[in-house]
Amino acid sequence: MQHEKKRSPIVVLTITAAVAAAAVVAFMTVGARGNWGFVLSFRGTKLFALILVAYSIAVSTVLFQTITNNRILTPAIMGFDWLYMLLQTLFVFVLGAAATSAIDARLMFAIEVGTMLAFSLVLYRFMFSGAVKDLHLLLLIGVVFGTLFRSLSGFLQRLIDPNDFVVLQDRLFASFNGVDSNLLLISTLFVAGASALGLRIFHTFDVMSLGRETAISLGVDHRRVTMTVLAIVTVLVSVSAALVGPVTFFGLLVANLAYILMPTGKHRFVLPAAILLAVICLVGGQTILERVFAFDTALSIVIEFAGGLFFIFYLLRGNAR
Amino acid sequence: MIEITDVTKAYGNTTVVDHVTAKLPKGGITSIIGPNGAGKSTLLSMIARLIPSDQGTVLVDGLDVAHTSGETLARRLSILRQDNHMTARLTVRDLVAFGRYPYSKGRTTAEDQAHIARALGYLGLEELGDRFLDELSGGQRQRAFVAMVLCQDTDYMLFDEPLNNLDIRHAVGMMKLLGNAARDFGKTVVVVLHDVNFASCYSNHIIVMRNGKLFLQGTPHEIIRPETLEQTYGCPFDVQDIGGNRIAVYYT
Repeated sequence: MQHEKKRSPIVVLTITAAVAAAAVVAFMTVGARGNWGFVLSFRGTKLFALILVAYSIAVSTVLFQTITNNRILTPAIMGFDWLYMLLQTLFVFVLGAAATSAIDARLMFAIEVGTMLAFSLVLYRFMFSGAVKDLHLLLLIGVVFGTLFRSLSGFLQRLIDPNDFVVLQDRLFASFNGVDSNLLLISTLFVAGASALGLRIFHTFDVMSLGRETAISLGVDHRRVTMTVLAIVTVLVSVSAALVGPVTFFGLLVANLAYILMPTGKHRFVLPAAILLAVICLVGGQTILERVFAFDTALSIVIEFAGGLFFIFYLLRGNAR
Repeated sequence: MIEITDVTKAYGNTTVVDHVTAKLPKGGITSIIGPNGAGKSTLLSMIARLIPSDQGTVLVDGLDVAHTSGETLARRLSILRQDNHMTARLTVRDLVAFGRYPYSKGRTTAEDQAHIARALGYLGLEELGDRFLDELSGGQRQRAFVAMVLCQDTDYMLFDEPLNNLDIRHAVGMMKLLGNAARDFGKTVVVVLHDVNFASCYSNHIIVMRNGKLFLQGTPHEIIRPETLEQTYGCPFDVQDIGGNRIAVYYT
């Protein structure tokens, strides 16, 4: 193993914050022409959506990995992305592409978030009732449901009118271009509520990362904290999926980047770092997308390309544990 | 005192711990010995509320572990298990500092710092304090975990095979340290041990388990005898008195 110099977590945070700020400034100003008032409010809304999603994905992934004690899992394993996909497919299948696009965005948002929360309640009931005692078993149930949702949507997509399918495919890519500002407000409220809940149990996160037995020995109510974190993660994931579409892969990317960059596993450093890295990825990626590729591609493609490269590089360096 | 009353744990049709009733005296070292699969670790885990029991109660100083809040128990009783897998990247000092969590909830005070320094010193880990756990040998990591438990400063300390991964010098050092903690600070130490001779030399009280049941209990002189050990482990034993300790010989 190579000897690395001990970095200071504060320095790492300052640098990531500076890069994130640069990405934000670039996003707001590069290529701006005409009326600044219009440019700033138009791009500001989009920027806010990007930051909200970056925050949700980063926090939900890090916390999910903390309670599962596993650094390659993301909340996607519970099947939320596939449920979102199935919902969209169902809408297009039943109503047709035109009618689906005509549905009020707020109603659509309510249905999406409502369905995902209801699904998670069904899933977590197994744990509340005591039928499932092991978190990993719960995850496995999530995987099975996810596969079911994916197969169902795959089946329906084969039956859909090809023209409708093109519209559907477009809806299944995460997109930040058409975020409704009404939805932003309600999303922010959801995210703020989940965050407030998280803040109340913030001191348990580090202990939780020591594993179940040590956490219990140190007096943490492991079961209750696990359930609370699952609830927080569900809200964050549902809101960001309903807002822009499925983007969970990139949570894996920013969480692991944060673990590598931070010299400590403490959540008070890792969480902000992951959030800032997510902002850099999303805002920076969107800037590149808009200015370099002139909207010709989707942000998730840019991020997943970069993320894939990063993981191959990471594995080749032999840092994966 | 730890009072175990009629405690039972079954997985499916296999009863791992079968109606065990025992009293573990306050103070000193109590060892739990027995063959593999006798239910020693399961019993220890139930005392420490890591596993709920199917039946029966465990009282620690009169507190029922199943119904007392985790916070209260964490200041009275601590446990260290055999395999401590974790993903977080921590230094030895960070880990030991977690021992103060039941008192300070992550905001270490000056008093906590004193406890941390003392625990590091006790286990000879001062120089390794800033090393990451994943850079240490198995034995060093084991000592770091024990330092965390010492730092937790509870009246009752439970260890599941604490001598795993330790060489002879460190194994002896560990048992002496547990003995000192029991004698000097009035701690009650409960250990699951595989080496009957360590149990013989350091325990005040030995509990023998076999097939999920409490088989025998008593002082080392009562327990470490050829006939009892043969019945427990099912292989021939010779027991000698060496330097006032009863030493079992079973290697040939």
